[in-house]
Amino acid sequence: MEEKTCRYVTHMDESVRVITPETVVEEVTKIKADGYRFVTMTTVDLDPEHIDVLYHFDKDTQDLHLRMVVEKKDPVPSISGVIFAAFLIENEIQDHFGLKFDGLALDFGGTLYLDEEVVRTPFCKYGVVRKDAEAEAAEAPAGETA
Amino acid sequence: MARTIVPFGPQHPVLPEPIHLTLTVEDEIVTEAVPALGYVHRGLESLADIRDHVQMIQVVERVCGICSALHAMCYTQGLEQMMGVEIPRRAEYLRTIWAELHRMHSHLLWLGLYADAFGFESLFMQFWRIRERVMDINEATAGNRVIISVNVIGGVRRDIDAEQCKWILSELDDIEKQIRELQSTMLNDYTVKKRTVGVGVITKEQAIDLGAAGPVLRASGVAQDMRSLGYAAYDDMGFEPIVETDGDCYARGVVRFRETLQAIDILRKAIAGLPEGEINVKVRGRPKGEVVSRVEQPRGECFYYIKGDGTKNLDRLRIRTPTFANVPPLTAMLPGMELADVPVIILSIDPCISCTER
Repeated sequence: MEEKTCRYVTHMDESVRVITPETVVEEVTKIKADGYRFVTMTTVDLDPEHIDVLYHFDKDTQDLHLRMVVEKKDPVPSISGVIFAAFLIENEIQDHFGLKFDGLALDFGGTLYLDEEVVRTPFCKYGVVRKDAEAEAAEAPAGETA
Repeated sequence: MARTIVPFGPQHPVLPEPIHLTLTVEDEIVTEAVPALGYVHRGLESLADIRDHVQMIQVVERVCGICSALHAMCYTQGLEQMMGVEIPRRAEYLRTIWAELHRMHSHLLWLGLYADAFGFESLFMQFWRIRERVMDINEATAGNRVIISVNVIGGVRRDIDAEQCKWILSELDDIEKQIRELQSTMLNDYTVKKRTVGVGVITKEQAIDLGAAGPVLRASGVAQDMRSLGYAAYDDMGFEPIVETDGDCYARGVVRFRETLQAIDILRKAIAGLPEGEINVKVRGRPKGEVVSRVEQPRGECFYYIKGDGTKNLDRLRIRTPTFANVPPLTAMLPGMELADVPVIILSIDPCISCTER
């Protein structure tokens, strides 16, 4: 029997293009101009310091992926200025992983899924990314500094 | 002009899904729509840390009750590719049969709710009455009406025998006859058209820019359907995506109506071509690698990112469901529309918020 070519599962190998926070907006703008549709973003907690941010696109069922490894504490440029639809997933990543996005078109401030008083980011496996120092101070018992 | 902020949802008489929209309205015309989520967020993806990759099948099946088997199919096919597992051809055909049954019952459910959104209650009841026949087929073949739990890594765990195939075909003949009796009302009725034609329009360019998926994308003229990637047995089904070009609520309704009839044709082909053989293979080993798996759920493209590190628990499971992709297009569909049209427009994307929020 003829072997079936698998087009519906993509192996994320070295062919995935690697980008940086400095080039992400430019790369996404080019991809959009090429007629690609934005599918989603994925975030993977790599270690206590780093997070893997993947961007996924599609054109006529042909998928395209970008990879960007960033430090958790540093904000990342938002692509919602180029692709408005990205605002929803960037807000979700803010809630789940605490990664901040600069220039979010519609910013829920970490309250898309989480209540305001929640300061810990639930999807981080390595360490806890704190939302802000104020919230941290509010949690600390009286007389102790954060 | 008087400007009012109207909070719409998460509880609303015509909204069956817990989504919230903050609508800015000037004299009954919507000028801005801001969505908000978070009412049914369960954090299911994080369960991958504590449930092993086999147990996660039961978790992903419960992301959504209506496209349950398709979630499991997307997940298992991703793992099968990662682990180098080739499933029997019979299993691929069986997956196709249950997938199309899901598409039928999802679209019939939607057609009913959609009719109810513009006040056509008798049409709602007629569609849901037909849908019961499809739920009966699910129950007879898989043991359950809603979450059928047939997919395993390596194939499927239930079979459909020749007797059942014959019965399904006769049921499909009857179901098709009943659906066609409603075709004239759903597609040509004056009141249905009055409430849906020219309402909630997004152009082809807007649909692509805003990342729309599924019938929302195809109703705006983009001929894209993930089934053309040939997963399961769709490479043998020889179908074409159903496309409309007007991009309004009516077009989205037509696409789903025609897809329901197309699903019946695909089911007939799948049952006629069902090959002999095993329904699953034994799978050994643990998942290691990084893959993206896609299927076409009734609401659109479903995307799974799966990362395994060679242990029994996955490193990461990311699920992007079609309604998540179709929420941003609402921000383009609603402005300029009357407040009374808001429920119809929201329903026209076939929202499933349990899918969206996971």
